[in-house]
Amino acid sequence: MYAFEYHRPTSVKEAASLAGQAEDMKFLAGGHTLLPTMKLRLAGPANLIDLGQIAELRGIERAGDALTIGAMMKHGEVANSAEVKQAVPALAEMAELIGDPHVRNRGTIGGSIANNDPSADYPAACLALNATIVTNQRKIAADDFFQGIFTTALEEGEIITHVSFPIPSQAAYAKFRNPASRYALVGVFVAKHADGVRVAVTGAGSNGVFRVQEMEQALSANFTPDALNGIVVAEDEMNSDIHADAAYRAHLVGVMARRAVEAATRA
Amino acid sequence: MTTVSLTVNGQSVTADVDPRTLLVQFLRDNLRLTGTHVGCDTSQCGACVVHLNGQAVKSCTVLAVQANASVVTTIEGIADGGELHPMQAAFREHHGLQCGFCTPGMIMSAIDIVNRKGNALDEQTIRAELEGNLCRCTGYHNIVKAVAAGARGMAQEPLSQAAE
Repeated sequence: MYAFEYHRPTSVKEAASLAGQAEDMKFLAGGHTLLPTMKLRLAGPANLIDLGQIAELRGIERAGDALTIGAMMKHGEVANSAEVKQAVPALAEMAELIGDPHVRNRGTIGGSIANNDPSADYPAACLALNATIVTNQRKIAADDFFQGIFTTALEEGEIITHVSFPIPSQAAYAKFRNPASRYALVGVFVAKHADGVRVAVTGAGSNGVFRVQEMEQALSANFTPDALNGIVVAEDEMNSDIHADAAYRAHLVGVMARRAVEAATRA
Repeated sequence: MTTVSLTVNGQSVTADVDPRTLLVQFLRDNLRLTGTHVGCDTSQCGACVVHLNGQAVKSCTVLAVQANASVVTTIEGIADGGELHPMQAAFREHHGLQCGFCTPGMIMSAIDIVNRKGNALDEQTIRAELEGNLCRCTGYHNIVKAVAAGARGMAQEPLSQAAE
């Protein structure tokens, strides 16, 4: 790991101010992507701004039809939260599928979303649940936030403070895990809202998380697994690597979507 | 250098460290607590698991400076004087190790599982919860037995203390 200056602000304002002054900086959330990346010297920021001591980035709150989660809430905290389990059980179940217990004790929702790993779970949840990503500067719809592999709408120095999820009537996440890394080879999050169904896929797309409009239309008309019969996703937009080729991933999208709808309608 | 102050196994520790010092390096190199191991160094194998404010974490993926003002417990901090912690005793009793490299992390994870899931652990729960700890010797069977027995032993801990 290359040397860096370490900063430990205690408020979002202080963090933003530090970010404005510091050259070549990165924010440190749970550190479970950034620190391994720095160890490999794939990242070498001159300044590391640790968000771990900022109380205003924490908390889980249900207000009306929305569930709001602080950006520094850990996967384990989301998985075990009574509020999350009650409001959006699929989101708690998804968080429980990330990494292993130790990783879930450190990794955060804000870090996962800001990183936008093409195989991460939270981007699919945000997209399917039509989440709003709240930053210290503005509110960004999930549809506008995720802009391709490791790419988001965040500007330099912008800090995610909260993520707000509208509460769906039914939802589920089906994940085919890479057994070694526990990342999603393919993960499909399905959510039924008052104004229709949203289907988001992670792990599969060559351009990161994406929605499947044909599935959404079919499921909006008829929210049953059989509504997906005959719908296929194009292989040429799928990722292909040593773990799974594009044809297999395209097939898994259909299988996981069906399992997610089965799980959502069983509940 | 950045000053870091924390409590390790009940003792207050303050040191000036290079910010890139990992918690596991700090424990091993600065404090000479070499029971916490570095296996993969990529957050996968779990040989470096310690408790940070009561939660199991992989100390190869935490900076020492992130642990400032925290309470850390390592494998060296769980025995009661000369008496092994019930989970350590169960690993010995059930031969839950061969080379022993993964054992400190296994035991720290196992205690964390009991803290979260209680003392009556079925095999399926133990196997699922140990997914972040790799053992290349045992095939896990005796580890799983040891965790179940250690979990039961931890339930009896207050009784034996009361008897003393």
